[in-house]
Amino acid sequence: MEKQLPVPTSETQPYWEGCHNHELRIQKCPACGHHQFYPRLYCTDCMSDQVEWVRASGRGTVLSFTIVYRPVTKAFAADVPYVVALVTLDEGPQMMSNIVECEPQQVSIGMPVTVTFEDWSEEISVLKFRPWA
Amino acid sequence: MESLRGKVAIVGAADTDVGVVPQFSTTQMYVNAAKRALEDAGITKNDVDGLITCNSFVEPYMYHAEMIAEYMQIFPRYCLNVATGGGTTLAIMHHAASAIANGVCNTVLITMADNMLSGLSRDLAIEAMSTAGHAQFERPYGPPIPAFYALIAQAHMHAYGTTSEQLAAVAVACRKHASMNPAAQMRDPITIQDVVNSRMIAQPLHLLDCSLVSDGGAAIILTSAERAKDFPHQPVYILGAGEGHSHEHISQAQSLTTSAAKEAGERAYAMAGLGPKDIDVAELYDCFTPVVVIELEDLGFCAKGEGGSFVENGRIELGGELPINTHGGLMSHCHPGHPGSMFSVTEAVFQLRGDCGPRQVKDAEIAFVHAQGGIMSTHCSMILGSGL
Repeated sequence: MEKQLPVPTSETQPYWEGCHNHELRIQKCPACGHHQFYPRLYCTDCMSDQVEWVRASGRGTVLSFTIVYRPVTKAFAADVPYVVALVTLDEGPQMMSNIVECEPQQVSIGMPVTVTFEDWSEEISVLKFRPWA
Repeated sequence: MESLRGKVAIVGAADTDVGVVPQFSTTQMYVNAAKRALEDAGITKNDVDGLITCNSFVEPYMYHAEMIAEYMQIFPRYCLNVATGGGTTLAIMHHAASAIANGVCNTVLITMADNMLSGLSRDLAIEAMSTAGHAQFERPYGPPIPAFYALIAQAHMHAYGTTSEQLAAVAVACRKHASMNPAAQMRDPITIQDVVNSRMIAQPLHLLDCSLVSDGGAAIILTSAERAKDFPHQPVYILGAGEGHSHEHISQAQSLTTSAAKEAGERAYAMAGLGPKDIDVAELYDCFTPVVVIELEDLGFCAKGEGGSFVENGRIELGGELPINTHGGLMSHCHPGHPGSMFSVTEAVFQLRGDCGPRQVKDAEIAFVHAQGGIMSTHCSMILGSGL
């Protein structure tokens, strides 16, 4: 069983193009300076319709995490145990991701992390995080 | 806002058999629950002029409430299908009470059921649950539902020093109560050691920190407080109701350790003119053990961060300061999916009628019922009382 490839929409396409180029893109509102993720039509702070895409630093900290022992589907069975985490980006928004390139037991809340990418197909690369210090 | 306080009462309540119930299809179970609740209320289906259901996962219909009405051949003036996940039951009651108080209809039947155990294979059920989470921004990371709640638990443990043993105390209390409830799916008592030694699912949640997969249904009948006096049982009045809604996806939550249960509870207490100290019994949503700990804090039964120590030493067990989930909860009574919190409502009704036998909370007059849906996303609180 293969992992299901995410299907970009017109709204999320710039994010996935960024991942394809191994960079994290999020939205920024030029009117109020607010950063947001996931992508939206309007700024969630001031409702401006002028939100722009920017390249994020790719750095953040672990807000919380869990080590998964019972995979969600058979497609994830080979990955067990794997870390599902919430990461707070330095720019402010939160994302869910996996923490990779370390032992699951090494992950801790507050740990600094930086982006890394897994190429799942020719078009789709999935953003993950790894320890960064 | 005009208050709903004391304007509406529950006059009928019933559960179907729960646990493993292969003899009924899902739709049959909705109707079985409805028939039992009508009998409990001493009325016929023709007395029902409002019907609210929650769609079934196993046997869904595009117009589910209309389907149940058609199946039963009832012709309501108010017919609604509501879905706020585990919070649905109480959200439905809130809608129904508003409709009755505003004269939209007189007598509302709420029926909910699902066959998550017999209607789907276990693997299919878990597979189906894998569709939880944002398709592009959560699911690629492989979170099973327990992982979403594990993120909450880890954050609470990190912030407040809550321990696995404290979380386990919630499961132990629910099982103790289920052992006194012949209807419950899991009745063999367990210990804290049993919970923390059970298989790790998503750290820090063990198998016994997770709720059940079940078949089951339940129904209630609501009418105006004025009419309620003419029914065979002691009416159970809605004294307070409140909702709070904070997010859809856990990755968008503003806080992992404080939920919108806080707003829901505050709104319900304000309507009822009551506070946490007035509550005799609480039926709290317990899909995973940490949810109860956070609800106890957010609903004001203890201070933020003290939920872990609050659940220790039998305080939440029968005979303790605040008995919770006296039927056994989702942990041990049953969890058929969306209808899960219906059993909290019917149990509260049975407690306030004084009908619970060995698991009766002595002199219970005020019950607090809370349910949440999504991943701590949508919250609804109800304060129910045997008097006005």
